[in-house]
Amino acid sequence: MQLSRDELLHAYRLMRTIRAFEDRVHEEFQAGNIPGFVHLYAGEEASAVGFCMHLKEGDYIASTHRGHGHCIAKGCDVRAMMAEIFGKKDGLCGGKGGSMHIADLEKGMMGANGIVGGGPPLVCGAALTAKTLKTGGVAIAFVGDGGSNQGTTLESYNLAKVWNLPAIFVIEDNGYAESTASSWAVAGSQVGRAAGFGIPGYEVDGHDFFAVWDVAREVIERARMGGGPSLVHVRFSRYYGHFEGDAMTYRGKDEVPRLMAERDCLKLFRNRVLEAALLDAAELDRIDREVAELIDRATAEAKAAPMPSEADLLTDVYVSYH
Amino acid sequence: MPKKTYRQAINEALRQEMERDPRVILMGEDVAGGMGSPGEDDAWGGPLGVTKGLMPRFGRERVLDTPITESAFIGAAVGAAVTGLRPVAELMFVDFFGVCFDQIFNQAAKFRYMFGGKAKTPLVIRTMYGAGFRAASQHSQCLYSIFTHIPGLKVALPSNAYDAKGLLIQAIRDDDPVIFFEHKAMYDEEAEVPDEPYTIPFGEAAVTREGDDVTIIAMGRMVNFANQVADKLAKEKIGVTVVDIRTTSPLDTETILDTAAETGRVVVVDESHPRCSVASDIAALIAQEAFEHLKAPVKMVTAPHAPVPFSPALEDLYIPSPQKIEAAVREVLAFSARA
Amino acid sequence: MTAITAVVMPKWGLSMQEGLVSAWHVAIGEPVEQGRELCEIETSKIANVLESPASGIVRRILVEPGTTAPVGALLAVIAPAEVEEAAIDAFITGFASQRAAASSEPGGEAPAPRLVRLGDKSIRILEEGEGEPPLLFVHGFGGDLENWMFNMPELGRERRAIALDLPGHGGSSKVVTDGSIPGLALEVAATMQALGVARAHLVGHSLGGGIALALALDRPECVASLTLLAPLGLGSEIAGSFIAGVLSANRARRLRPVLEMLVHDPKLVTAEMVENVLRAKRLDGAQTALETIAAACFEGDRQRWQARARLVELRCPVQVIWGEDDRILPVAHSRDLPQAIAVHRLAGAGHLVHMEKAAEVNALIARFILACA
Repeated sequence: MQLSRDELLHAYRLMRTIRAFEDRVHEEFQAGNIPGFVHLYAGEEASAVGFCMHLKEGDYIASTHRGHGHCIAKGCDVRAMMAEIFGKKDGLCGGKGGSMHIADLEKGMMGANGIVGGGPPLVCGAALTAKTLKTGGVAIAFVGDGGSNQGTTLESYNLAKVWNLPAIFVIEDNGYAESTASSWAVAGSQVGRAAGFGIPGYEVDGHDFFAVWDVAREVIERARMGGGPSLVHVRFSRYYGHFEGDAMTYRGKDEVPRLMAERDCLKLFRNRVLEAALLDAAELDRIDREVAELIDRATAEAKAAPMPSEADLLTDVYVSYH
Repeated sequence: MPKKTYRQAINEALRQEMERDPRVILMGEDVAGGMGSPGEDDAWGGPLGVTKGLMPRFGRERVLDTPITESAFIGAAVGAAVTGLRPVAELMFVDFFGVCFDQIFNQAAKFRYMFGGKAKTPLVIRTMYGAGFRAASQHSQCLYSIFTHIPGLKVALPSNAYDAKGLLIQAIRDDDPVIFFEHKAMYDEEAEVPDEPYTIPFGEAAVTREGDDVTIIAMGRMVNFANQVADKLAKEKIGVTVVDIRTTSPLDTETILDTAAETGRVVVVDESHPRCSVASDIAALIAQEAFEHLKAPVKMVTAPHAPVPFSPALEDLYIPSPQKIEAAVREVLAFSARA
Repeated sequence: MTAITAVVMPKWGLSMQEGLVSAWHVAIGEPVEQGRELCEIETSKIANVLESPASGIVRRILVEPGTTAPVGALLAVIAPAEVEEAAIDAFITGFASQRAAASSEPGGEAPAPRLVRLGDKSIRILEEGEGEPPLLFVHGFGGDLENWMFNMPELGRERRAIALDLPGHGGSSKVVTDGSIPGLALEVAATMQALGVARAHLVGHSLGGGIALALALDRPECVASLTLLAPLGLGSEIAGSFIAGVLSANRARRLRPVLEMLVHDPKLVTAEMVENVLRAKRLDGAQTALETIAAACFEGDRQRWQARARLVELRCPVQVIWGEDDRILPVAHSRDLPQAIAVHRLAGAGHLVHMEKAAEVNALIARFILACA
């Protein structure tokens, strides 16, 4: 392992922030305080953080419906994110995007995406920009197991390979596309698909931050060095429904409690660093408290923030339109 | 001033903008051609030779041939635009939009709004449209009304070589996504085109003929037909104003309403289908905003509500012709409201 | 034979190929003076009257009203009464065969404009005729060398005639140094140098008149004579609304009324003429160049550059021509000039006096140049 103490603390803080953020959004949604559709990333934190910790300014990611975790991992402002989810004017997108369209291009976050399979072609474009302008940048498409079956995703493998783009496709397989099991819906295998396009493919346990981090380092480095695209199949679980309000009747009895008890990425991380005496418990507890405070403050601010007004309805449709 | 074809004007606009701005790149199926093949490089220069010579000038890094994979490369153009390039992607025939529309209308068109004004997507999609090539139902449609419907997109359809160059340079410099429609039957039509770069702002119609009796609002190739009709009728002392709207989004409502009000008799000519079309949009605009000036109902001359047929005999009947436009002009002229 | 004069379809502007004779104002057998309006000619770009090139009797009219004829085609024949009918017929036959021979020759085509390099800039010029020193035409704000379409062909018959596009205008580079009248005069001087023209008879209109005047004051050795058509610099007023209108109007319908301010007869402003001004404005850098020049030369309804007090310094022959109905620069600016300056005020003309009263202006220039020699 080559993570420094600071990196370990940072990784833990990011994962904890995502978890606390999603837990709070869940509560607020249940309480009827959040409008629209939200899709939560709780349980999947190791993937977003494991990949994004290798990224630099000028690297891009594109996300999915389930985008909050990727946003936080790529450095988006948590308070502006919360305000966005509440539909407020101070939100990251002025309240015009909402949960499914949170984006911050300055941070290299090309957006959560309401269209399944929407991201991979965009990531080919971001990778093309990096290649054309010789920035040394890379771009990652996070794709769900559902999105992995879209033609856009498969076409993007092909284009990324024939153009030799610095693009990485991360298939985040949480076992279900909506209520349909990926074991049924995905023919063949993800790495087999990658092989079919001549792209290196990896399978990794997404509950294990360190495993993800290792693979991520390899594929990102390859892309940066001009070695072209890679695919990583991350297997893990989500704790909440496909969307908030999903009763998850399709899931096995005790499936989620068992996963939370045995395979939770935060717990596994904590145990590992404590056993290896890399960090001490007090440090991690302090991060937990600070994150909780941050989320409390973000939520309170989001609730208090003003709604956009009628004047905002027609702004930002175009840069200019006469 | 030098005469150039519509094809040359477009090629020149691309070349000059690529010379001016290294962020401008081209991509599309066979925009150079011959990629990976044993024969010539730049074998095609686009399916009808519009981009010929650009790859030898700017190299494969800026003129990118793509596999036949519209979803991926149109999406890549969108992603490249939002991350700092100014791509010009060629969607060979607009009929193919069905396999990549998500990337255009859900992604490119909406980024700026969804992201709270923080995104710029300076993308141009060049695409061929229009009937008259015996190319049948899936290679002959107009379809610009569908793109016009989407907030966030701009839509240009030049009716001549001069406008083609100026509107394309404007499109490339524009910070919003622009769908640029090229009529495949007009590539060899010539006009005076300056050698220097110039821009024609969007949303500014051209009045190509002036007359006092009837106003024809036309677009794309139909402008030429309308001009022919105006010239013919001028010999009979029937004065016809012809308005070339140039862009359907933004739309120059001011010129449309002014010229409609001046004559009170309006024919709208659109090569596309009649339902939910640019023609019906303009007819509705005039009915709503200039009703008190109208001396006759607004008449639309469009293709029928049917796919484009293959057989030359049928296709010739399908396309709005100068004869049909002339008949419509005579009809609105003859109309008088019953007391 | 020399007493017989051909009236031909003129070439008004670079792109004119043919014209429509819409009406005749004279009949066969009618005596006419030189400059008399013979017929109306329309093209897609302009409509104007064709004035008689000579005095005499209209002996033949060869083109019916409503007929389109190519540039150079014989429209009518003018000759004194004593010339015999057979001689007229022979002239017509001879004209036709000469024309056929000329059109098959290469180089028989109308002159085309070309670019003159000035360092990293270029200036577009149009040149015709022979005879030194040449005439040099300098157009006004927002114009170009085509503004001389009624003057160049006529005056270029006897002498070399050169028209240029000012920096920022027409086909010249859109780089304008400071946009001031003395600054632009330096660029005109540099163009002359590049063309190998040491001295010229300057004909300047409006801004171009100011430039010609500045050149005569600052580089007198370059100037053989000065014809100033409604020039800048002789008074303080200018219709600022014209300048502002040229700068701001981006649509034909907005620009037309602005351009109509230039003329006595608004019919002269055709749709194509408006379109040509718009097209020039759309060229990369043109708008900025015009704004730079406007800012340097004008402030609202005032002119910044004044030369009236320096007119006494002029050493070359000077004439001033002004349209009585000028709505851009008041005709009063032509009053109270030094005695040595010949002043002609033409009725029925606006600011574009050389277009509206082309025959009179051409005659004035020709006579003036002759007198200079």
